[in-house]
Amino acid sequence: MATAADDDAAFHAERRDSDHESFLLHGRMRWLKVALGLGSAAILGYVLADVDPRPNGGSWYGYLLGTLGAGLIVWLSLLGVRKRAITPGRWSLKAWTSAHVYLGLSLVVIATLHTGFQFGWNVHTLAYALMILVIASGVYGMVAYATLPQALSDNRREMTKRQMVEALAAIDRQLEAAAQPIGRVEADLVIAALGQDPFGEGAIARLTGRYRDCRTASALEALAGGDPANERVVALLRKRQAQLAQIRRHMHLRALLEVWLWVHVPLTIMLLAALTAHIVSVFYYW
Amino acid sequence: MGDTAERFKVAIVGSGPAGLSAAARAAARGMSHVLVEKAGHLSDTIHKYQKGKHVMATPSNLVLRSDLDFEAGKREAVLGTWDEQTAGHQVNVRLNTEIVSITGAKGDFTLAVKNGEPIRAEAVVLAIGTQGNPNLVRCPVGEGAVVQYQLDDPAEYVDEHIVVIGAGDAGIENALGLAADPQQRNVVTIVNRSAEFNTAKDANVKALQAMQAEGRITVLMETTARAIDKGEIVFDTRDGELRMRCDRVIARMGSAPPRAFVEGICAEFEEKDGRKVVRPGTGVQFTSADRVAYPKLSPMFESTVPGVYVIGALAGYPLIKHCMNQGYDVIEFIAGNTDLKPADEPILAAKFAPLPGGRSVDEWLALFARNIEIFREVSPLQLRELMLESEAHAFAAGETLFVRNEPGSSLFAIAEGSVLVEVDPEDSSKTVPIGQGSIVGEVGLISGRPRGSTVRAAEPTVCVELSRRAALKLLATAPAAARAVNRIAIERQLLQIFGSGLTPEDVAGLVEAAEVLDVGAGKVVIAEGADDQDVYIVRRGSMIVEKAIGGKPVFLSYLPAGSYFGEMAAIDGSKRTATVKAAIRSEVVRFPGEAFVALLEAKPKLREKALADMAGRRAVTQFIEGRKDSFGSAVDYYSETAQFLVDNGIGEATDVLLIDEKLCVGCDNCEKACADSHDGLSRLDREAGRTYAHLHVPTSCRHCEHPHCMADCPPDAIRRGADGEVFIAETCIGCGNCQRNCPYGVIRMDAKPSRKPSLLSWILFGAGPGPGEASYAWRKANAQGEEAKLAIKCDMCSGIEGGPACVRACPTGAAIRVSPEKFLRFTKLVEDVG
Repeated sequence: MATAADDDAAFHAERRDSDHESFLLHGRMRWLKVALGLGSAAILGYVLADVDPRPNGGSWYGYLLGTLGAGLIVWLSLLGVRKRAITPGRWSLKAWTSAHVYLGLSLVVIATLHTGFQFGWNVHTLAYALMILVIASGVYGMVAYATLPQALSDNRREMTKRQMVEALAAIDRQLEAAAQPIGRVEADLVIAALGQDPFGEGAIARLTGRYRDCRTASALEALAGGDPANERVVALLRKRQAQLAQIRRHMHLRALLEVWLWVHVPLTIMLLAALTAHIVSVFYYW
Repeated sequence: MGDTAERFKVAIVGSGPAGLSAAARAAARGMSHVLVEKAGHLSDTIHKYQKGKHVMATPSNLVLRSDLDFEAGKREAVLGTWDEQTAGHQVNVRLNTEIVSITGAKGDFTLAVKNGEPIRAEAVVLAIGTQGNPNLVRCPVGEGAVVQYQLDDPAEYVDEHIVVIGAGDAGIENALGLAADPQQRNVVTIVNRSAEFNTAKDANVKALQAMQAEGRITVLMETTARAIDKGEIVFDTRDGELRMRCDRVIARMGSAPPRAFVEGICAEFEEKDGRKVVRPGTGVQFTSADRVAYPKLSPMFESTVPGVYVIGALAGYPLIKHCMNQGYDVIEFIAGNTDLKPADEPILAAKFAPLPGGRSVDEWLALFARNIEIFREVSPLQLRELMLESEAHAFAAGETLFVRNEPGSSLFAIAEGSVLVEVDPEDSSKTVPIGQGSIVGEVGLISGRPRGSTVRAAEPTVCVELSRRAALKLLATAPAAARAVNRIAIERQLLQIFGSGLTPEDVAGLVEAAEVLDVGAGKVVIAEGADDQDVYIVRRGSMIVEKAIGGKPVFLSYLPAGSYFGEMAAIDGSKRTATVKAAIRSEVVRFPGEAFVALLEAKPKLREKALADMAGRRAVTQFIEGRKDSFGSAVDYYSETAQFLVDNGIGEATDVLLIDEKLCVGCDNCEKACADSHDGLSRLDREAGRTYAHLHVPTSCRHCEHPHCMADCPPDAIRRGADGEVFIAETCIGCGNCQRNCPYGVIRMDAKPSRKPSLLSWILFGAGPGPGEASYAWRKANAQGEEAKLAIKCDMCSGIEGGPACVRACPTGAAIRVSPEKFLRFTKLVEDVG
């Protein structure tokens, strides 16, 4: 009893001692070491294993690597479940992510050795190709996660998404009032800018962060200063443009952080299907 | 008038739950009575609750003893029942009747009525609550001008020019409400007397300024109203007079507590400094001058003026059931039924049942009052009330009361027996005895920090454990108790800080010379370069130590409550080497340097310890000074980050969630995990909050040392748990006080949603809203019956194995939980942030 209580206290104290490390550095890169060990062992085994007639997925060593690889793939795909099932227990999603990244990379070695470098136009190579694509998209995700958050934070400037949208709405209300006294042609430019969905240029604009048909920008180009009413409208349009830029950059960075998952996850599901087909066919035609 | 006016047996002032219940009892007994209410309807405070608000009936173990029914339900249902039953009992009610003064003596009181005939009665029951009357506009108000002190529904007003006077939260919220919908076409002006918004919440001020920028609200600063007339208002502004069209004035200038009125009842007055004041010893007296003090009352609720009784919130009972029971009891007492046991008797009997000796409730109460020093001045009624919020324990010899480093803020008073305090964490055999009548646990109460030492019973012992709230109430209302606790606390803190070799006699001189100082946030206690030599102990709050290096203040260290500082100058007579200032509002104990030096000279062991501490502090300073040359910007950066964290309330936190925005990908899995661990509602807002150098402080509870939310919780539902977490128990009544009191905006009021379909059925069939907090629309569409909106906040996932879900569910390691004394250290910050 007493020791259990002590353990608990130590655990809570430790938890509060700010375990501040990124998923890549987690546990002094424990999973990188495991992955490197696994990869080296696989290579060493490949060199030493005396298989007849040549290295092949169907040899005893091939089966060993195949079982290991398939197990890893299934376990890696379970990250999606782990992330969403907030069960009690001393698990950490960061540790899972760390292991996911490094063990996922080790699959390149394990699965490639499993093929025995025999490729063809068949379901077996399809599974391999899908796996490589999943890993490639994962590598992009890893790089994005490691490099983009800082830019996202800088761009946010302590504002929440909702506050950004509200700030834009506030500028729009001011613009509407300020545009009342200006001339017809100029007012039409403002109305056109306000009437446009400033984020509605589709996926390409979001991913590149470039909006070609921004009517706020064209209104600013066409409008000149001059009388005080026009000056005020121009100043407000500049504010609007700056606010739009912040929101668009936020969406751009979020898109870059998320887009790879639209490849990674569907390809993983396809990979699981191809992997099943590969395993079933291998045993069926044994 | 004279004897022609009817004289009632009892006049009941105020028709809230207490007054209503008293009137109903009087009516049922056939006692001649009158119930006087200032408003145009019964029970004004509950009437002012928002429409449809769920009224709770806690504590559930207390039996209701009243002629009126009361059970939890909607405001309308509660009020409807009372209106109906009040009429059914044929209670003699006078609405719209405001009492301005009460004079006379037992048997013949005269209650002067504003704009009306006085009322005469043999006894008076005061049940006026603590809301008080709103402060009125002081300028002349012309005929036909509309001035109101409340705004029920901002949507009622259209096409009006409205002036809101008072820019506190109430005023700003009213002004925002009136201007929210441009379709109403109201022209709204808000007037603030000072040049700053001192009393309003930051969020409200920001919202107001935004509306002002859009030109939807006019804000007048440094302005007061000079005259209000029909259709027009005249202001005095800094730049002179200003006239404005005005159809309606809404005055929200706070309210005056009813204390002055109560103190003036049957009092004699005298002139003092040109002002009329109550002659001491006359009128209804209060237990102390403290703002939260209650009137002195007998066990029969009788005040110091015979024949005047005080019940309800004004007597210190904020809960409806208590109030209703007292209404019943007070009429029984007035009718001569003095044997009536209070309705809480069974609760106390159950509390005392496990104690040895088989005494009755009254015998136990008498024993506590006799034996326990801090209860000496307490009235029997107050003691009863304290006991309702306290626990009584019997400990066998050797049994522990509490353990070192365990969070706890309750106060133990030793009624019988004695205890031993373990002074050396390494060696449990080194103890200091504390005898019958004294207290233990006061350090936790005052500093809000974990217990300083383990305490166990020396012999079979009976203790009263006062909850933090009960203890604070006692200290605020019984000055002798406050003095005793203060003295004991200073003595023990000295002994604890300076180690085992000391006895209370050694430090008696220091305790005598000690002075407790209240230090506002940011105020300097010790200035670098000064040549004073006093020594200080941080009693509550925390300090930061800074040193000017190259003209810039560099953060040296963070001193939590229980630390001491200032000893270097006392020991070697040097000038102050660093500045010490309060991180948050704090209390320090000041000791004269000479007394401290004298103690050191008498105790060579203590001197050694002090010199060792001093050397440690010097080493930190030298380390940072050395680093300054090699990487100056890192030191600046560290200082600024530390200052940012302190500015954001980390100084009063015990455990805070931080997000490293260099790692945060914005997936919001922390919020989703929070919602999925706690009934489907998230208790944190990741995106909101301040950020400095990519270190983000999200809107989430910091578990303050002295939680602001605990300050005013009627059912005392906010507690500190075993891991130091501040949590809200199920007894929450949804009043929203904690939400208003939290300066960090981390408490939300919401109804518990119904259960979501399982994760598996979402993954496979898309059933339900998926992981995380369901949208408002889903929660509303799937609500099962009427759920009350209760306060919810972070409980640090207490009771959930693995600890806080937000940290466990972060995929990148961006979310971390830290305690300030561990995080606000140079090496840690440079390593982590730099």
